[in-house]
Amino acid sequence: MNPTAADLGAELAAIVGTRWVKIRDAERRTYEGDGLPTHASVPMLVVLPGSTDEVIAVVRRLAARQVPWVARGAGTGLSGGALADPNAVLIPLTRLNRIISIDPVNRRAVIEPGVVNAKLSEAAAPYGLLYAPDPSSQTACTIGGNVAENAGGPHCLKYGATTSHVVALDVVLADGTLATLGSPQGEPWGPDLVGLFVGSEGMFGIALGITVRLEPIPAAIRTLLADFMSVRAATEAVGTIIESGVVPAALELLDQACIKAVEASIYAAGYPTDAAAVLLVELDGTESGVRADSVVVEALLHRFGARSVRSAESPEARAKLWQGRKKAFGAMGRIARDLVVQDAVVPRTALPDLLDTITALGRQYGLTIANVFHAGDGNLHPNICYDHRDPELRQRVEAASAAIMKACIAAGGSITGEHGVGSDKIDYMPLIFDPTTLATMCAVRRAFDPSESANPGKVVPLHYCREWRPGPLA
Amino acid sequence: MTPGILGRIKALGLGGSEAPDGRPRVSPDSVDGLAAVLGLANEQGWKVRIEGARTWMPADAPADLAVSTERLDRIVSVAPSDLVAAVQGGATRRAVAERLVAHRTWVAIDAPGSPDRTLGSILATGTTGAVRHRFGPLRDQVLGTTVVTGDGRIVRAGGVVVKNVAGFDLSKVQIGGFGAFGVIAETNLRLRALPAGRRTLLAIGDLDLLANAARALVEAGVDAVTVELVSPATTGSASWRLLVEIAGTEEGVLAEAERARRIGADLVWEVLSGPAGAAFQSAIAEAALDGPVTIRLGVLPQSIPEVADLMVERLGPGRQSASAGRGGLRWTGHPPPEALIALRHQLAAREIPVTVERAPWSFRAKTGHFGAFREGVRPLSDRVRAVFDPTGLLMAPLEGPGDA
Repeated sequence: MNPTAADLGAELAAIVGTRWVKIRDAERRTYEGDGLPTHASVPMLVVLPGSTDEVIAVVRRLAARQVPWVARGAGTGLSGGALADPNAVLIPLTRLNRIISIDPVNRRAVIEPGVVNAKLSEAAAPYGLLYAPDPSSQTACTIGGNVAENAGGPHCLKYGATTSHVVALDVVLADGTLATLGSPQGEPWGPDLVGLFVGSEGMFGIALGITVRLEPIPAAIRTLLADFMSVRAATEAVGTIIESGVVPAALELLDQACIKAVEASIYAAGYPTDAAAVLLVELDGTESGVRADSVVVEALLHRFGARSVRSAESPEARAKLWQGRKKAFGAMGRIARDLVVQDAVVPRTALPDLLDTITALGRQYGLTIANVFHAGDGNLHPNICYDHRDPELRQRVEAASAAIMKACIAAGGSITGEHGVGSDKIDYMPLIFDPTTLATMCAVRRAFDPSESANPGKVVPLHYCREWRPGPLA
Repeated sequence: MTPGILGRIKALGLGGSEAPDGRPRVSPDSVDGLAAVLGLANEQGWKVRIEGARTWMPADAPADLAVSTERLDRIVSVAPSDLVAAVQGGATRRAVAERLVAHRTWVAIDAPGSPDRTLGSILATGTTGAVRHRFGPLRDQVLGTTVVTGDGRIVRAGGVVVKNVAGFDLSKVQIGGFGAFGVIAETNLRLRALPAGRRTLLAIGDLDLLANAARALVEAGVDAVTVELVSPATTGSASWRLLVEIAGTEEGVLAEAERARRIGADLVWEVLSGPAGAAFQSAIAEAALDGPVTIRLGVLPQSIPEVADLMVERLGPGRQSASAGRGGLRWTGHPPPEALIALRHQLAAREIPVTVERAPWSFRAKTGHFGAFREGVRPLSDRVRAVFDPTGLLMAPLEGPGDA
């Protein structure tokens, strides 16, 4: 055991208690990965603070010792964003899981970062409210992690990603100083530092208190399942629905490989297994609005060749349709031992051609690629099946992932819509941003964390961070 | 000094003229040209003020050089099927709206002031209008920006897709950054399909009555685009007004308007057709110019009546409007700067920020756009600003002299 780690562990144990410092090898290995199986790193040690005061004290101690650190939520991320190197301390925030207050009149909640996403909506439900961002991992992921990644989810099509729902943050910066960003209403006290902080992938500091907007539970919800005999027809229907002016709450696509995996699993949702693709379209709002939108959407689905369109007739039927979608990644465990869930975005009109390209790349690299994604906002999730024990196969997965990214960029898209850059996509960043912009990102990071000790080595390749620094303050 | 600066600018091949206050002014017509001007200004140590259409913020900052975005006015592209448009910072709201209508689309930006305000001005000052009730603040309408920094770098953040978490979201700090973080040269906007139907409902009454009615509408989930409370002075009437706009399919609008009237049955409602409703809203937007100073307050919905009364008591009646569902209040009038500073500190204790959206330089220099900062905000703001304007040449008084 590294004596420095042992000493540091003792110092941190004095803050949080011995039980909450993990220094043994087996304990630390528990934290070596997140939801992305291609990356792993064992931290120097793991410390689990139980209160905001303990987090602040831990960060200040690490600042004094000049030790880098990585904050982590539930570890469900899909970009290797919350992995800590062997020289860094991992700080899981799962013990900070209190919902501090819910204000039903002004539709606000104040929470700690370790609150599990779905738990907030559960707590808000008695007031007729919900928390809109709903990543597929919402029963496990924490809102602190969602803030770091600017997490999305199916219903972000209508309601926006995490950044549209966070109005204020109490943060601790890497040097241990505190800052209150934003206000309960959302108007900032200066420039929009909340907007800058959300999605900063843990590189700007730790959000200790998070104030979010809550949305009313819609009076009416209608969930439609349409099946198509071609993926192209399904994606063309998506573009036309969006262009029509109807804004579905969610508009998801599952292709045949994914449908078959779901239907063979305990999450079977009743999707037709001979379909090339299904679209899950959810409309919500007022009774009259949903009724009117349904007429438009059903007509468009049929016009673009839907073989059938059926509606969930009960809350249970709706939940079943959604279960198939939300648990699709788990169901794909039946197809292969390991799964890389990729994440990219393209303009919606590029979806039909992009899906063709992904299919061709699967053939070219000899890989099974299943698609389940947020079609309404062009956010693709190609799922590449493989076995991580096969190094040659791993190489093909990496090559196929890169080819998919490049195809998305060529179509005017981006390398990530909701999973973040993390470790996984850092090498793609120069493909979409020029050196000046990358250097500016690094400089903004240093404005929050001059020591670059919060989640080091993520998002922007290091050499872009050495080329330009701001001059003195005027 | 003026001929020297103009001469240097003209040597860049960019032309130049004199602003009404005698300062040299240059109007680049490309992002590269803007970068060249600011790069030169940085090199020479010239202080720079940025001007749009000069209909909102007075062009009176004591700079060495005025840089206008009036020739950066192209609507670069509109992709109606993807519901995305790329627009230069000097394009006016009117020009953008007209172009988008031709594509059966619109952008949820209905800032107060003249329709000839530039998009750059609207974004830099963060002036949201009544449609924030449904569509959220300006930051939710922007997918990406191209910004020229104070030292002439071109920074391109975000993209043209509606969902994107690649890299840090540098656009956010530009929106409502009052030009202190660079000049918005181009922006990618999220569009919406033009609704087929539109109705505006108007009710008249005292503020508490209307605020209660607004709350009932919001709690009942009425699918409104705006739920805006408007003060008597704004409309030249004797009473407050509640403006509810509903948009969507013709059938849906009729049904929802009827439902809104049933929920607000205690009120007498006037129904305006689409054009009449739009004209009324334009009048409200332009009322924000009926006084030299416009401020906005980050007030929660529940506190709007009380804070509106407080504004009258502390700053005078002014022209007020507030988003009853989402919160936020705008006030226009002629306050003494000292009164505003005192009010700002009073409201800071209640977690209500007060931002100066528009004012003459003499006022802004005393109050700053922001003030009464919460813990840790000022040093962070200064450090981020230094990234985008290392030598502090962009004339934007984010804070007053007394604010730490």
